[in-house]
Amino acid sequence: MPAPAIQMTGIDKRFGAVHANNAVSMTVEKGTVHGLIGENGAGKSTLMSILYGFYHADAGSIAINGKPSLIRTPADAIHSGIGMVHQHFMLVETFTVVENVMLGAEGGAFTARGASAVRAKLQALSYAYGMDVNPDAVVSELAVGELQRVEILKALVKGADILILDEPTAVLTPTEVEKLFVLLRRLAGEGKTIIIVTHKLKEIMAVTDRVSVMRRGEMVGTVETSNSSPADLAELMVGRRVVLTVEKGPANPQGVVLDVKDLTVRDARGTVRLDHVSFQVRAGEIVGIAGVSGNGQSELLEAIAGIRKPAGGAVSLNGELLDCGGRDDPTALRAKGLRHVPEDRHRMGLVKPFEAAESALLGCSDEPGFGSGPFLDRDAVLADCVRKMEAFDVRPADPRLRTALFSGGNQQKIVLAREIERDPKLLLIGQPTRGVDIGAIEFIHKRIIALRDAGKAVLLVSTELDEVLALSDRVLVMCGGRITGERRPEDTNEQDMGLLMAGVSSDAPKVAA
Amino acid sequence: MSARTAPVWLTAGVVPLVNVAVAFLAAGLVVALIGENPIEALGIMLRGALGSQYGLGYTLYYTTSFIFTGLAVAVAFHAGHFNIGGEGQALMGGLGAALVALSLPFLPWPLLLPLCVLGAAAAGAAWVFIPAYLQAYRGSHIVITTIMFNFLAATLLVYLLVGPMKMAGSMAPETARFVPGATLPLMNQMAAWFGLTITRTPLNLSFIFAILAAIFVWVLIWRTRLGYAIRTVGANPDAAVYAGISPARITVIALLISGGLAGLMATNEILGVQGRLINEFTAGAGFVGIAVALMGRGHPFGIVLAALLFGVLYQGGAELAFDKPKITREMIIVIQGFVILFAGALEMMFADRIAALYARLTGKVVAA
Repeated sequence: MPAPAIQMTGIDKRFGAVHANNAVSMTVEKGTVHGLIGENGAGKSTLMSILYGFYHADAGSIAINGKPSLIRTPADAIHSGIGMVHQHFMLVETFTVVENVMLGAEGGAFTARGASAVRAKLQALSYAYGMDVNPDAVVSELAVGELQRVEILKALVKGADILILDEPTAVLTPTEVEKLFVLLRRLAGEGKTIIIVTHKLKEIMAVTDRVSVMRRGEMVGTVETSNSSPADLAELMVGRRVVLTVEKGPANPQGVVLDVKDLTVRDARGTVRLDHVSFQVRAGEIVGIAGVSGNGQSELLEAIAGIRKPAGGAVSLNGELLDCGGRDDPTALRAKGLRHVPEDRHRMGLVKPFEAAESALLGCSDEPGFGSGPFLDRDAVLADCVRKMEAFDVRPADPRLRTALFSGGNQQKIVLAREIERDPKLLLIGQPTRGVDIGAIEFIHKRIIALRDAGKAVLLVSTELDEVLALSDRVLVMCGGRITGERRPEDTNEQDMGLLMAGVSSDAPKVAA
Repeated sequence: MSARTAPVWLTAGVVPLVNVAVAFLAAGLVVALIGENPIEALGIMLRGALGSQYGLGYTLYYTTSFIFTGLAVAVAFHAGHFNIGGEGQALMGGLGAALVALSLPFLPWPLLLPLCVLGAAAAGAAWVFIPAYLQAYRGSHIVITTIMFNFLAATLLVYLLVGPMKMAGSMAPETARFVPGATLPLMNQMAAWFGLTITRTPLNLSFIFAILAAIFVWVLIWRTRLGYAIRTVGANPDAAVYAGISPARITVIALLISGGLAGLMATNEILGVQGRLINEFTAGAGFVGIAVALMGRGHPFGIVLAALLFGVLYQGGAELAFDKPKITREMIIVIQGFVILFAGALEMMFADRIAALYARLTGKVVAA
C-alpha cells in the first residue's frame, strides 16, 4: 500500500486561550476524495490553514506522501504539491483567466513566455479533465461555477497533487454542484487527492470516499462514507442524536398579509437588481425564496424591510400601502408588525462588540418599556434579554456576555428571539441557519413553523435549497432579479429547481415591461 | 483575539499601567543618556506635580482642559469618528464665551456666567457642524476637514484679536478684560467662602464642570437611548440602518456634542484664568485630548485618570525643566511623546501578551 497523501499527527494549536486544535490526527489516502466536516468553530479551518501554511502548529507533524514536511508558508505547501481553493475566490476580476493563473509564475520581467507556458498547461489540463474554460475570458465575466474551475486550474497548473476545497458548493446551483462532483471524482480517478471541507452532509455522502469529523477542536472519527449515514455523521458532529428532517403539518393560509407588486430595485450604480417582482404572502403560510445568492434576494428583503428604497412597485402590509425606505423606515415598519431577521447577522443583525442584552435591543431601543424619556433602564434591558434567552434556549444565558463570544447558533437565536418575541404579523427571515450548528438548526426550524402555525406570515430567503424545500409551503425561485417560477415543495425536485435557479427554464407568466 | 476574553481589570487596568511604565522606562533611558539620573528626575516630577498645594493646583488646572478635550474625542469615537479638531473647536469656544461676555456685560452674573459657558459650548459645536455635515451627508473625511478647520480657527482668531476685537490702545493681540460677572471663581476663592485657605493657583470652578461633564458623558453613552444609538452607529453602521437609526443624523448629533465639549475647554482658560480672550490659549490641549481619550479607552472614568496623568506630566515636567537645566522644555515634550506613543498609539502592543500570560497563570481556558 502506498504512503498516504497526507498524514497529520498530533496537531495542536492554541489562539490565546482558545484551543482550536487539540492533538488532531488525520490521514488522507492517495487518490481519494476525503471529507472534513464539523460545526462552526470545530477547528476544520484551523487544521486546513495549518496544512496550507497559513498558521504554524504549536505541536505535531505533517507528512506528505510519506515524507515528513515542514510547512511554514503557503509557498512551502505549494512546493509540496498542495493547492487550496478558498470559499471566497482569490481572483483578480479585471484579469483574464491566463493572467490569473500565471500570478506568481510570470516567468521573468516580460510576461509573454510565462503566458504561453501557462496557456499550454491550461489547455492540457482542460483536455485531461474535461474542463472547458476560455483562457482569454476576463474573470469578471465568468459565471460562479467557471470561477471555481479557474481556481482549481490555478492550483493544478502550479502542480498540485492534493487539492483542498473549502465549502466549494456554497455559491453553486445544484447543476453546478453536480458538475463539480463529477470533476472531483475524475481528478481522484487520475490519482489526485481531494479534501473537501463542508458542513453539508448530503454532499459529503455524494462525493467522498472517507469522512473525518471534528468537534470542539478534536478529531472525533474518520469513517468510510459507504458505511455511514447523514444521521450518523450528524451525531458525530454534535455529540448527540439530531433530527434532520423537518416535521410540519399542512398550512392553513388565511388573508393576504404581504402584497408585493412589480417591485423594482436598482443599486447605487443604477443596475437593476430586482426586476418587477410580484407575489403575496398570506397569514399562516411560509413562502420560501430559493436561488443562488446574489440574484436579488437580499435586495428583496431589504426593500420590504425599509432599508433600501425601491425604484418602483408597490408593497402593502395588511392592505396598507407602504412607503418602504421613505416614511416607512425600519422603525415605522416594526411598529406596523413587520419584523426582519437579516441575512447576515454579523453585518446587520447584531453589534458584535456589544453585550448580548444590547444586541437584543437593536431596533427596539425606543420602546417605552426599556426606560423613560431619553434614558434607558438597564435593568429592564437585561431582564428582557434574560427572558428572550430562556425562551430561545440561548447558551450561555448571560445577557452581559459580549455578543461576539456566542456561537453562531446562539447569536442567531438572539436575533430570532428579538424579532419573534415581539409578536410580528409578518416575519422576513434571511438565511435562518447560515453558520448555525446542526443542533440549533433543528430548534430554529421548529420556531419558524410554530410561528406559521400561530397564524403569522413568513417570508423565508435561503440559499440552502433543502432548507427552503423543507420549511416552505410555497417556493418562489429567483434568478437575475426575477421570479422564474413558483412550486409547491411536494411537486418539485432538485433538477426542476436547479433549472429555475439557473434561469434556464422559467414559467414567469408575463414580465411587465 | 485573546485580549477579548480577558477580564476588564486586566485590559482596562493592568494593560494601561504596563504601557505607562514602559513609557517612563523609555523616557528614563533618554534622561540617562543626557547624563541625568532618571530616578531623581521622576522624583522631581512627581513631587513637583503632586507634592504641594501649589503643584497639585496646577496639575488639576491642566487636567481640567484635558478632561474636556478627551471627552470630546471620546464621544466622537463612540460614533465611529475621529474628531481631531478639538483644538479649533476649543479656540472657537473661547471666542463664543468672549462674544457673550463682551456684548452682554450689563447682565447680572447669575445670568451672564451661564450664558458665557453656553456660548463656549455652542461655538465649539458650531465649529464642528460643517465638518460633521460634510462627513454625514457628503462623505468628506472628518479627519481631513477638522484638521483644516483647526487652521481656519487659528487664523480667524488671530484676525479678530489683531483687528475687530483687539482692545483699543493695546499692543497685545487680546480683547478687553471681561466684567467680573463673566469669570469663574478660582478654587482658592471658593475655598475661602467655606473658610478654608489654599494656595492660589489657576485651578478654578471649571474643574467641577469637567467632572460634571465626565458624568454627563457616562450617562449619555451608557444610559440613554441616544447613547445606545451613537454606540451602534460607531460599532456597526449597517446594524444601525437595519435598526432604523440614521447613521448620518447620529453622526451630526454626536459630533455636535463632541464639539461642544471641546468648546467647554475654554471655560478653564478664558473664563477661569485669563478673563479675556487671548491668542493660542489652547496650547495643544486639543491634541492631548486624543491621547487622553485613547488611553482612557473612551470611558469617562479612564479619561479623568488619563487627563490627570497628563496634568502630572505637564506640571511635573515644568518643574523638572526648572530644576534641571539639562532637561529642557523640549525634553519634557519627548517624555510626553513617549507616553502618547506607548499608551495611545501602541496601546495594544502588550495587551495580547498580558492576556496570554494571564491565561497561563490562571490556567483558565475561555472559549472564543
